[in-house]
Amino acid sequence: MIRLEEIHRDFQVGDQVVHALDDINLEIGQGDYVSVMGPSGSGKSTLLNLIGILDHASSGRYFLNQQNVTDMDELEESRARNQHIGFVFQSFHLVPRLTAAENIELPLILAGIHADQRRRLVGEALETLSLTDRAEHTPDQLSGGQRQRVAIARATITEPTVLLADEPTGNLDQHSGAEVIQTLEALNEKGITLIIVTHDLKLGNRSLRSLEMVDGRIVSDHTQ
Amino acid sequence: MLTRDFLHLTSSAILTHKLRSFLTMLGISVGIAAVVILTSIGEGLHKFIVAEFTQFGTTLVAINPGKTSTMGMSMGVFGTERPLTIEDAEALSRLSFAKSVVGFIQGNAEVEGNDRTRRTTVYGTGHDFPTAFSMPVSSGQFLPDDDPRAPRALAVLGSKVRDELFGNSNPIGKRIRIGGDRYRIVGVMESKGQVLGFDLDDTVYIPLARGLEMFNRDGLVEIDVLYHEGIDEKKVVAGIKRLLKSRHGREDFTITTQQQMLDVMGSILDIITFAVAAIGAISLLVGAIGIITIMTISVAERTSEIGLIRALGGRYSQILLLFLGEAVVLSAIGGVVGLAAGIGIGQLLSLMIPALPVHTPWTYVVLAEVTAVLIGLAAGVFPAMRAARLDPVEALRAE
Repeated sequence: MIRLEEIHRDFQVGDQVVHALDDINLEIGQGDYVSVMGPSGSGKSTLLNLIGILDHASSGRYFLNQQNVTDMDELEESRARNQHIGFVFQSFHLVPRLTAAENIELPLILAGIHADQRRRLVGEALETLSLTDRAEHTPDQLSGGQRQRVAIARATITEPTVLLADEPTGNLDQHSGAEVIQTLEALNEKGITLIIVTHDLKLGNRSLRSLEMVDGRIVSDHTQ
Repeated sequence: MLTRDFLHLTSSAILTHKLRSFLTMLGISVGIAAVVILTSIGEGLHKFIVAEFTQFGTTLVAINPGKTSTMGMSMGVFGTERPLTIEDAEALSRLSFAKSVVGFIQGNAEVEGNDRTRRTTVYGTGHDFPTAFSMPVSSGQFLPDDDPRAPRALAVLGSKVRDELFGNSNPIGKRIRIGGDRYRIVGVMESKGQVLGFDLDDTVYIPLARGLEMFNRDGLVEIDVLYHEGIDEKKVVAGIKRLLKSRHGREDFTITTQQQMLDVMGSILDIITFAVAAIGAISLLVGAIGIITIMTISVAERTSEIGLIRALGGRYSQILLLFLGEAVVLSAIGGVVGLAAGIGIGQLLSLMIPALPVHTPWTYVVLAEVTAVLIGLAAGVFPAMRAARLDPVEALRAE
């Protein structure tokens, strides 16, 4: 479902070329639960951005659901992000002026879904994540855990095949973090491919497959 | 993205920073209001002057002594070798297209009557004057159709002279002295007010031949020919020219048509209107700079949001449209407010200063609003493109 072939991602920093990803070959199947760990600057987030089609490889090929992402134009990339990929960020990235329901609705608005259908889908998502009574609250009226649940609802509202989570518990207390992880794992059990980037060894060890990165390379690929 | 959603996202972004949005709109409002007020005054002035010129009809041709190429309002040229005469006027009145022909001589004299004296303008003219200039008498009659070379000593008063000398009493039939000569009053003109600064009510009309004698002149200041409607102006001019050349032996006179006067006046007034609109446009430019500044700040503040929208599948064009939309909505609302303020202030001005001509044509209103929207578009392009071109990865890191 996700296949990376000889992926390189280089950045020019002054006179030097930094190899953020160095010859990455990776296959992730539908419904897999993968954690990506490693020290800061090891290329975890770059890998996540590349899988999320926010960034482009300097060389190599990337296939998502049998489609060659490398050949996609801007419109196709945007559509692929909207329909196949969900993002959950450490800092939630909720739009502060919009309510919880409106934040969840955003990907559907961008896809041009009609208002009636949007209302129904958002209502279901709010109910699934126990956020119905927080629908009209703005982010500053929500707790950290609630904000991340709103972000998860937004990431999954278009029923993507891949959910990418970058340090999803990094800004949460232990209790809220545990709740968020349970929510993500529940989604994975329903068939969504879950890829989590984390520094947290305990969280990393919960996944069925864990990758360790150092200096832009995958140095270990361990399946439990 | 559906239009309704686009408007919702745009308006929510504008409403988040109410004061900032208000001040940005204010810049455009002031600019549009300035343009509307200034062009309304310019257009009002234009209409006012054209109305002043055309109130005597548009089928009027003025003939002045002396050959001059100067266009525009007749200044009267004295001292020509071959003056315009009463006989010239009589000959012109026999032309087939001539409806009425009026000769003129003008001067200033002391008018005495009812034990009062007033120095005023005295016009020597013919009995066709009320027809040619649409200036009816309010009581009595105008000068009768006497022998133009030996008319009776009759006078017609302007309404102001009547008021000054006789108050509310009826002056018809009473005797007055004009420049020392005795005249009998036969009529009083209807009030006409001021025309281009000349008070037409502060006048006395006497027969042309007596005017020439009173002011010791051998020629007329002007002959006006009112021709029948529907006749080609060029044919009228050619006919007058042919007749007067045959009488004078050469072209020692100047013919000015009403259209020539209007054309010259119109071009001057167009320049004035354009100039005042340009002054207003400077305010609009300031408003546009305000929009660019605010939108640039907005893009910087919302970098993370832009990254998020890209991550959620937002396209380059959608980001571009969202930010352009904000700029256009801000300027369009600012434009509407400016229009309302401009029209309101214009109306208030015309109420407070009735002499100030103010006229706001609907085409200007539509044009001003279109300008406001275009300014929003132009001012929003740079910040919107900046937003759309942001690298989503970098944008997401911005928080």
